[in-house]
Amino acid sequence: MERLLNAMTVLSLVLMAMVLFSVRRSHIRVEYSVSWLAAAVILLLLSRSSFALEWIASELGLTYPPLALILLIVCVFVIVIYRLSVVISDLKDANIAMAQRLAIVEFQLQSRDED
Amino acid sequence: MRPAAGRNQLLILIPAFNEAGAIAGVIREVHEVLPNVPVLVVDDASRDDTYQRAKSAGADVLRLPYHLGLGGGVQAGYKLAYELGYDYVIRVDGDGQHDPKYIPDLLKTLRDTGCHMVIGSRFYQNNGSHTSLVRAAGIWFFRLVLRPILGKPVRDPTSGFVGVNRQALQVFTGSFPLEYPEIEALVVLQRRKFKFQEVPCRMRPRKTGRSTITAVKSLYYIFHVLLGVFVNVLKFEGRRRKE
Repeated sequence: MERLLNAMTVLSLVLMAMVLFSVRRSHIRVEYSVSWLAAAVILLLLSRSSFALEWIASELGLTYPPLALILLIVCVFVIVIYRLSVVISDLKDANIAMAQRLAIVEFQLQSRDED
Repeated sequence: MRPAAGRNQLLILIPAFNEAGAIAGVIREVHEVLPNVPVLVVDDASRDDTYQRAKSAGADVLRLPYHLGLGGGVQAGYKLAYELGYDYVIRVDGDGQHDPKYIPDLLKTLRDTGCHMVIGSRFYQNNGSHTSLVRAAGIWFFRLVLRPILGKPVRDPTSGFVGVNRQALQVFTGSFPLEYPEIEALVVLQRRKFKFQEVPCRMRPRKTGRSTITAVKSLYYIFHVLLGVFVNVLKFEGRRRKE
């Protein structure tokens, strides 16, 4: 279990570094980096606190604490991906509305020129 | 195209994607039936000559910057029609399946009954319309699903030969399904207590191209539309609770 927790610590630190690097390079916007940073911090805290992990496992009725860690990782990433789906949907709606508006404005300008 | 001059003005809306083979014929037929009614083709970023052929045939063309799909194209046309002040919009498909000689029947029903939406129905009377087996099965299934939701039977829920009045137009400028819009649009209107009527008409086999609903896509279509129908029902309930 100790090796698994160490691996999770490294993974969360790598994730944090990647996100901060991407924000610095403007590859990802600050508001979308928050979900990933929060996920990385949660993973880091859990991987460094075997007491918390054992408590969660016992609350969930799991006899093997690493299972609780895996379950939590899945939950955290499902939430992050769901949030991204919401963002993508908003972007798609805005993009369609903008494309329609662009077509209508072009049409009206063209009609004015023809008149 | 000029803004609507006066009240009760009609616009014919033709959504088209790669319909170069049929679009000019459809526009000509519409002009033969209704010589003074403006025709607006929404070219959904076609890769063929749809734009040029529609312009040459005498239609106004709203050209989308990239492919939005049927719902996005129809909604763009509705938005323009609403901004230009039209009171009635009748949609005719660009593939020649809808016979424009039925447009006056749809318009008369819209004007005389005061309903918000009128559907050209191939099943209202048995008139020998062309319908594939897969589509007929889908129509039968959605008739059953929609009956309790709409509170009245609808014979041809997948028909794209529809007319709307200005009130429905206003609703659709804000909320219109993007993919396979016909069935969901009915639910969008019903949730607002709007009324619809069906008018008998005959559908022809498409002149060129292929249907957007192939046998392979049918399952996806059914799942997508079912989900859209129930999401629209839930949306309305949420809004009512807030009120």
